[in-house]
Amino acid sequence: MIETPPALAVTAGGSLLMLAILAPVAAILLSFALGGRFAERVALGLTPIGLAIAIAIAVCVWRSGAPLVYNVAGLPPPLGIALRADGISCVMLVTAALVIAAAAFYARANFATPEGVTEARAPLAFWILIQAVWAALTILFVGGDLFNLYVALELLTFAAVPLVCLSGKPETLVAALRYLMFALFGSVFYLLGAALIYGAYGTLDIVLLAERMRPLPAVWLAAGLMTAGLLAKTALFPLHLWLPPAHANAPAAASAVLSGLVVKGSFFVTIRLWFTVLPSLPGGAAEAVLGTLGSAAILFGSVLALRQERLKLLIAYSTLAQIGYLFLIFPLASGAHPWIADGWSGGMMQTLSHAFAKAAMFMSAGLLAESLGHDRIAEFAGAGRAMPATFFVLGLGGLSLMGLPPSGGFAAKWLLLRASVAADQWPWAIVMLAGGLLAAGYVYRILAPALSAGAIVLKAPPQRRREAIALALAIVAVALGFAPPSFFDFLQIGRAATTALP
Amino acid sequence: MSILQVLDLGLAILVLAVAGWTIAARELFASVVGYVAYGLLLSIVWIRLYAPDVALTEAAIGSGVTGVLLVTTGARLRGAGGVEANRPPGISLRFLAPGLAVLVAAALAAVVLLLPEPPTTLAPEAREGLAATGLGNPVTAVLIAYRSFDTMLEKVVLVLAVVGVWSLAPDRFWGGAPAPLGRARPEGALLFLDQALVPLGILVGIHLFWVGADEPGGAFQAGAILAAMWMIVMISRLTEPPRVGARWLRLALIAGPAVFLAVGLAGPGMAGGFFAYPAGFAKPIILFIEAFMVLSIAVTLPMLVAGPPRRSPEP
Amino acid sequence: MSASTLAGLVGAALVGLGLYGLIVNPQPLRKILAFNLIGSGAFLVFGIVARRGAAAGFPFDPVPQAMVITGIVVAFAASALAVALILRLREETGNVSLDSDAPAKPPGDGAGAS
Repeated sequence: MIETPPALAVTAGGSLLMLAILAPVAAILLSFALGGRFAERVALGLTPIGLAIAIAIAVCVWRSGAPLVYNVAGLPPPLGIALRADGISCVMLVTAALVIAAAAFYARANFATPEGVTEARAPLAFWILIQAVWAALTILFVGGDLFNLYVALELLTFAAVPLVCLSGKPETLVAALRYLMFALFGSVFYLLGAALIYGAYGTLDIVLLAERMRPLPAVWLAAGLMTAGLLAKTALFPLHLWLPPAHANAPAAASAVLSGLVVKGSFFVTIRLWFTVLPSLPGGAAEAVLGTLGSAAILFGSVLALRQERLKLLIAYSTLAQIGYLFLIFPLASGAHPWIADGWSGGMMQTLSHAFAKAAMFMSAGLLAESLGHDRIAEFAGAGRAMPATFFVLGLGGLSLMGLPPSGGFAAKWLLLRASVAADQWPWAIVMLAGGLLAAGYVYRILAPALSAGAIVLKAPPQRRREAIALALAIVAVALGFAPPSFFDFLQIGRAATTALP
Repeated sequence: MSILQVLDLGLAILVLAVAGWTIAARELFASVVGYVAYGLLLSIVWIRLYAPDVALTEAAIGSGVTGVLLVTTGARLRGAGGVEANRPPGISLRFLAPGLAVLVAAALAAVVLLLPEPPTTLAPEAREGLAATGLGNPVTAVLIAYRSFDTMLEKVVLVLAVVGVWSLAPDRFWGGAPAPLGRARPEGALLFLDQALVPLGILVGIHLFWVGADEPGGAFQAGAILAAMWMIVMISRLTEPPRVGARWLRLALIAGPAVFLAVGLAGPGMAGGFFAYPAGFAKPIILFIEAFMVLSIAVTLPMLVAGPPRRSPEP
Repeated sequence: MSASTLAGLVGAALVGLGLYGLIVNPQPLRKILAFNLIGSGAFLVFGIVARRGAAAGFPFDPVPQAMVITGIVVAFAASALAVALILRLREETGNVSLDSDAPAKPPGDGAGAS
């Protein structure tokens, strides 16, 4: 056996982390080999298993109050690879499991293999790609090694890009190619940064790097390169050009997963990089830059969303804006100040509530497009009466995007506002309030025509079960607003104290 | 300066010149040929860096298989006709680009020169664990023993790439075969190449796999050589690309990651942890996994080059 | 100047060259070539780190070399996916352009679209 020093760092239940990754991987291979209708069955069968493992991990972390750790092959870093699940890993794992499960069941109507055919292109591809997204996200959330995270980022890209152009239409092909270009840019600069970090410290393990970290020229350049790459993958302004056409033109279930989860994957790696690996720059210059870019994204994305004529494009531009809120976590949760707990919780709550709200909204938009045959907002007159449940879900999702109570979005923005006030960093607060107003504007734009009188012709009757799935996600987004304080304490578990916390 | 240093300098200049040619060449085909030459020169650089495994991989995959991919694509793009509607970048970008490139390159060069001394390394740890694995090649040990999780995931990435490429087919072609790689029936030189080179190549590939446990070589290099042999045979139209619905093809593509996964899952029973190997039995297991990896890589690379199905499946 | 330092500088230059090519070349296939150049520059940085890490009887540190091998394979897979996208785009629209407002011409007589 490969010699292992006493496994001090490994915790009980750590094997769950490995199972969380291996389950979707095994499912992918099984789906590919069996093909045909089995791919869908394997994918749907995976959803409860993956959810159960995610919940088990969360329970373990909650009980122990400390992160779960696992060294693959029993070999600890620096030579081996470690997996770690702290508070934020757990909530992201559960969120991913729920959103992907919902998207999978929602997509059954679109991606069922037709009768009389053993296997069809779009269904087989969809079911395999969605499982691959899940596998990649799981590794991103529990991975403890920067090169492992690189492989996971590549897996995520290879799974997400074909989802965008699954329909085969020319505009989706252009969008997918542009997405791939930005994603490859991200990967290659991330890799370059990782090479420099290895050259400086001899390891790519996140926790070991945090221990060994000292300011070096190599680290500054590496941080810059890796962050630039990750920002391209997360579509933060100004590297956001690829997202709206890609997310708007993908199949609805895919858009839900792309906007809700995929962009959060690279965001999560950015958090790991800046909050665990790297020390704070004196004065927080880098964090301020990220916050500024986030603010620009909020304003830019919201204004553009107001001008959209198609519902799915509007929702996609709204994603750009909501991603901007995520990056306010950097100036508001770094350093050693009393307000960073609020900033941290606010940023994470934004990640979670946006995932559920946006997924619900894209699913509703998909149902609308199927029933009406189009998604031009101007022609929605009277649709509110014809499809009340769908518009109710859009409204609930919009509530979270606007940051109105009760919703997870409100909790998130409230925490971030509180943090920015306590930190005396007023610009973020002003931007957030402006963003909220603009969001109210574009949510109103979606709902107003629909609630006005008008005769509408439905091409297909609304589908209750799929509406219910979207509704369930929207309700979760709202329910997050009622999260008890212990939830926010849970988010703090394992938060690396790179500088001494009071 | 010694002879070796002069040669190194010459090699460096040549590499940069060919890379510059690749970027600046007007014609796409010239650019691709430049890239293949660049890859081969880069392999020599890797030899000078005492990295024979990497040199083999770069020559086989980075230059070889990628070269076939790009040349085939260039030919297909020329053949399809159509209009190039790309706008060259505006003035501001033309000024911005060299500035940005020089900035990044200079920063990188400075950082490389300023890497900390003494150099960081994991070689001692790698040496320590080598005895338990029974291997002689430390790179193979890192790939299949210490960081096997990365390698297994990378095999899954390859499967996903195949799924992604196949998903780009029109619906009606699903289940059919990709377009042939070559143009016409073989004649003369190409046929001779098939008869002389391919069997030799297969032997070399198998040898590289076997020897890779203790000497430079291993699953990736061996798989790439075997892939190249299959591609030669397909280019000369002695065989055609298989149908994507073929069961044997699907199984061959996932054989590598599936076996890797199975052995990894058996880890807790065998050796106390996922992806761990039992003492004294590590080398046979590693070779077992690598054999299936060679199969998968040999099948995956040509399928990625062949592309999505372009023929209807037979009724 | 040792071989590894020289290789490191070459790697830095390659990253710069590739970045220039990426920004300046509008054709997607040329951008893929540029990505491959940047990637090989990054691999060279790993390579010199490996060479500098000669110790314990090995003339190199095997960990970065293994990462480069993994990276080369992944880079090829990415190129293959990009190429497949480019070819499909060409079939569908008759030209390959990332400009969203480029005219989407129906393909000519020779190439049958789906």
